[in-house]
Amino acid sequence: MFVIRDLRHDYDSKVVLQVDAWQAAQGEHWLVLGSSGSGKTTLLHVLAGILRPTAGLVVVAGQDLAALKPAGLDRFRGKSIGIVLQRLHLIPSLKVLDNLLLAQYLAGMPQDRRRAEEVLAGLDLAGKPDAYPHELSFGQAQRVAVARAVVNRPRLLLADEPTSNLDDARCMQVLELLQAQARACNATLVIATHDQRIKTRVANQFELGVQA
Amino acid sequence: MNIASVSFSYLRARPLGTLLNVLLLALGVATIILLLLATDQFEERMQRDARGIDLVVGAKGSPLQIILSAIYHLDVPTGNIAWKQAQEITRHRAVKKVIPLALGDSYQGFRIVGTTQDYVAHYGATIASGRLWDKPLEAVLGAEVATRTGHGLGATFSGVHGLGDRGGDAHEGHPYVVVGILKPTGTVLDRLVLVNYQSVWAVHAEHHDIKDVTDIEKQMPDEEKEFTALLVQYASPLAAAILPRYINNNSDMQAASPAYETARLFTIVGVGVDVLRGFALVLMFSAGLSVFIALYNALNDRRYDLAIMRTLGAGPGRLLLLLLCEGFLLAAMGAALGLALGHLLAEGLGRALKAAQQVEITGWAWVQGELWVIVLALVVGVLAALLPAWRAYRTDIAGTLARG
Repeated sequence: MFVIRDLRHDYDSKVVLQVDAWQAAQGEHWLVLGSSGSGKTTLLHVLAGILRPTAGLVVVAGQDLAALKPAGLDRFRGKSIGIVLQRLHLIPSLKVLDNLLLAQYLAGMPQDRRRAEEVLAGLDLAGKPDAYPHELSFGQAQRVAVARAVVNRPRLLLADEPTSNLDDARCMQVLELLQAQARACNATLVIATHDQRIKTRVANQFELGVQA
Repeated sequence: MNIASVSFSYLRARPLGTLLNVLLLALGVATIILLLLATDQFEERMQRDARGIDLVVGAKGSPLQIILSAIYHLDVPTGNIAWKQAQEITRHRAVKKVIPLALGDSYQGFRIVGTTQDYVAHYGATIASGRLWDKPLEAVLGAEVATRTGHGLGATFSGVHGLGDRGGDAHEGHPYVVVGILKPTGTVLDRLVLVNYQSVWAVHAEHHDIKDVTDIEKQMPDEEKEFTALLVQYASPLAAAILPRYINNNSDMQAASPAYETARLFTIVGVGVDVLRGFALVLMFSAGLSVFIALYNALNDRRYDLAIMRTLGAGPGRLLLLLLCEGFLLAAMGAALGLALGHLLAEGLGRALKAAQQVEITGWAWVQGELWVIVLALVVGVLAALLPAWRAYRTDIAGTLARG
């Protein structure tokens, strides 16, 4: 599903990320492990096409990201990649449903209200489409962020530290929820985490070493 | 969901700031609109009153005063001219038509104009009720005079010397009787009391032994007959080159061109208008500045939002558009509110002035220049958003997301 070869990223002429080879098949679930500062977020950004690496090959869903022009990369990201960030950050001025419709609109997809409502209902948010983000609990807001990431049926679903700051019960819920949503659209799931609690729950693991 | 609705959602999310910016812009727009409406209608009215009058002949004095007194009835006359000299002008070959005016009195602040029926015809006025005068001391009231004084047909009144409410001595020996009321014309006629010029002679010849005012033309010695001014229409365009010079050089009369004098008046009034317009532009400029500051500050709060939109697939051009759209929306709302406000103010001012006198202004009119004011407002809004939009365009997604 995605292939990474000889990836390196420098920041201020220091190597902050180095991955010799890593690949995953469509529908697989992966954990990216490593202590903080090991480059997990940077790797996620590279996979998402948010960050162009200094060197190396990144192919996602058959598409060499380096071959895309900036506008093409934005479109590709909107359509094929869903991202759940550590800080959820829904657009505060838009209602929950509009946050989802915005994701469809910005990805250049038709705005499908029924699909958006369906996704919300699947995440136990059926009663919240007209709520503003500040009216939601943290758990609800996190589920909306997941809904926003999967509303376009992405091929690749990325999550950055989704379980940090959560108690054990919630932690497992969020993990299961991400896995269920990824399965629902047969997306490849990559979770970057340093959370030891979920280590045993995902079979595929990719360990990032601390860079010199 | 589109760029405009996202922009609008941000404006709605901070109603106070939005209101402030819209109000600032609206005030600037409203001031300019009000000025446009007022000057346009003022000039239009001035031109309508002077239409078809090529030259005004009066006693020596300020030509502007002659125009103000004989056409607009806003000033006192420069003096009188002898009947004999008036006859000379009337007979001059460069002259097509002459309307004589005999002024001097007023009634409740409305000027009594002694003239011929040509004067009524010149402004295309028609009778609403009654008839035109056919003998001295019969008066026809302009539409506004009739409504304001409340006089109907058959009412009698006496003029007072001079112009204005306080006036001078009343001519109580010679009361006028109202025989006709004119329909509104939208010209100076609406504010005049019209009589034939013999009436004015009769009223002012009190000390003479006039037995029957209807026969005054014959009883009065020619050297005592006087007019205040003559409204002259040229026989040909060439007359403009001959007649004024002929009058100014060969008589103790003064010729004044309405076109030239009103143009001069507009330039004098124009200074004040320019000051007000400058003030309005300063208002617009500060509105632009306020929009700029608001958007620029909002950028800091929205840095992360913008980065998120990029991760959702928006190109940098979309973010540029988002900010420009916000400036545009603010400007559009300001322009719309300013437009409405300007027209309402014009209408309010018109009503206030109507009670006070003279110029009539309505808010229910449209001036071409307003389009440019709206365009200007929109340009101000978009320009103010330009720099914030550029910063949004350059958002570094990875950096912003990494910093959280």
